[in-house]
Amino acid sequence: MKKIKKAMALALATSMALGLAACGNGGAKSDSGKKDGGLIKVGIINNDPNESGYRTANDKDMKEKFTKENGYDASFSYSLKNDEQIAYAKKMIQDEVDYLLLSAADTAGWDSVLQDAKNAGVHVILFDRTIDADPSLYDASIVSDMAKEGETAVNWLKDQGLSEYKIIHIQGAMGSAAQKGRSGALDTQVAADGNWSIVTQQTAEWNAEKAQQIVQSVIDSGESFNVIYAENDDMAKGAVAALDKANISHGVGKDVIVMGYDCNKWALEELLKGNWNYDGQCNPFQASYIVDIIQKIQKGETISEKTIIMDEKGFDAGKITQEDVDKYGI
Amino acid sequence: MSKTSVNTNESFFKKMIHSQIFIPIAALLLLTLFNLIWDPSFFKINIGPDASGNQVLSGYIITILDNASELVILAIGMTLVTAASGGQDISVGAAIAIAGSVILRVLCGSDSRSTELQAPIIVAFIIACVVAMLFGAFNGVLVAYFKIQPMVATLILFTAGRSIAAWINNNELPIVTDVSLSYYGNFIPGIPIPTPVFIAIICVIIIMLVLKFTTLGLYTQSVGINEKSSRLNGLNPELIKLLTFVILGLCVAVAGLIKVGRFSTINYSVIAKDIEMDAILAVALGGNALGGGKFNMMASVLGAYVIQYLTTTLYKLKVSSDALSAYKAIVVILLVVLSAPIVREKLAKLGKKLKKKEA
Repeated sequence: MKKIKKAMALALATSMALGLAACGNGGAKSDSGKKDGGLIKVGIINNDPNESGYRTANDKDMKEKFTKENGYDASFSYSLKNDEQIAYAKKMIQDEVDYLLLSAADTAGWDSVLQDAKNAGVHVILFDRTIDADPSLYDASIVSDMAKEGETAVNWLKDQGLSEYKIIHIQGAMGSAAQKGRSGALDTQVAADGNWSIVTQQTAEWNAEKAQQIVQSVIDSGESFNVIYAENDDMAKGAVAALDKANISHGVGKDVIVMGYDCNKWALEELLKGNWNYDGQCNPFQASYIVDIIQKIQKGETISEKTIIMDEKGFDAGKITQEDVDKYGI
Repeated sequence: MSKTSVNTNESFFKKMIHSQIFIPIAALLLLTLFNLIWDPSFFKINIGPDASGNQVLSGYIITILDNASELVILAIGMTLVTAASGGQDISVGAAIAIAGSVILRVLCGSDSRSTELQAPIIVAFIIACVVAMLFGAFNGVLVAYFKIQPMVATLILFTAGRSIAAWINNNELPIVTDVSLSYYGNFIPGIPIPTPVFIAIICVIIIMLVLKFTTLGLYTQSVGINEKSSRLNGLNPELIKLLTFVILGLCVAVAGLIKVGRFSTINYSVIAKDIEMDAILAVALGGNALGGGKFNMMASVLGAYVIQYLTTTLYKLKVSSDALSAYKAIVVILLVVLSAPIVREKLAKLGKKLKKKEA
């Protein structure tokens, strides 16, 4: 407790001092960072890279973009816990970073520390995840639109022009942003069109094995289906394993359409082979967007759009190329 | 058994009810009865070719037997740990991630997408066994020699395990393309029954033989019942506790082999997720005291099958995703409460009263 109090006091004191200094200099802080060592000081707070393939790719992308060669002095901190992330943020503000890049573990609890950052003249850029805080507390937020991902996929499925859609819907961990967005689009479509029906709708919690059991259960019951809509690649893989066991053909021009999300490299390779039909991207490559924003701020331009939604593709097994696999596979 | 068989009918029934194994058997029968009434096609077993042309069995029963395998194997180790140390190991899920990661690391070498195996599977498996037993021993030492509560001691590996697993493979996701690994998680060509079923049965047979022909069972129970008096009788309680954790480590390695065999790859964050809770539940459903002491291995094994039976039944009923865990919890609460000694005593008394009234 003592330590935390001390750290908080320090953070407050430094932020106040910096705030005063910023006033005195008339807001010349953003330039000084560049002039000093020529490097822009960036503090990056992310979730644990082991969390998922998405996160691993995300972290790798960040590390590749924010290097000394590119003019950045970057420090990285990882945690899946909000309170730890807040402690890292405080420390980075003390260390006088110019930019604080944040993928928050939790949406709540960030107001006071971001206020500190603002007072200290630190620019805050959110990536991947938004937070519940006043937008004035951050400069930009770069996120995926999960609902749009779902719509892209469902529109693709609509274009397939099946006479009847009998769908096995395998959901991610209930309540996660990805699950809500990706389920939402399909639910809307099924409710709107009498030709679309859900054979079963179950959560496999992103887990291949649970997905296999769910699909196995439908096969064992003898019900017919022609679409598997899995909300990530792992679950699509589990579903396919169950199909293979029962000798049900799947993929391009076969009995069952297989859809996944996240664009893992191995999943795109399945697309290339024609074993799956569709894979929706969840773009982990936010670093280039962040670089754009940092450059704009450095030039003194204002950011017109605070929330930037990234381009996300959906890949069709008929059109995918080896190039796509290499470029977009994570 | 030595009594004459005049009133065997009643005494056999009584014995059944009072024996520990009654609860999991009753649960199995109940689930079976429920499924028979709901939809008898639940028990249909088909034979047909899979995608690679093997004739394989399929059907709900096969699915249950297949998917319960890892849990059965873990329940064996967990029962011993529970009996000896009076606590549970909550790190088995993370330890499976480590064991699986080791297997893939050895098979793939440094190239995560290599097309041929860099080592025979048996070598990879043995190395995984050694690693898993070492981690088991780590837990065991903390519990036995440092006297840390098992749940707290294993919390360390529970927290760190999946990161260690990812680190073993440099955070890459290796994929084995060679089919021979998939034999351990699916089917061996020409044999219509899933391999995990055999592996689980072999493990159960081995542990039953060990319990019958060695003093392992007796020693773990006596350590669990009273550590001091077992020391006075010449046992080394620390060593026995450590041994149970090492055996659990071995079970973890076997379960890890099946897990990576199922998909020939691994996902560190979700592989065997929450399996520790199911393993502990299997021990509890078997009517074993979670505070240590006496145990019944067969009851734990049946407990594991009950859990999978329940899961598969719920999938068949298409319980909605949000409610799935809630339904599972309700059934579990019922079973655990019914197996609690106090409740059973009360029920027995109630039964006697009813009988008196009838008379």
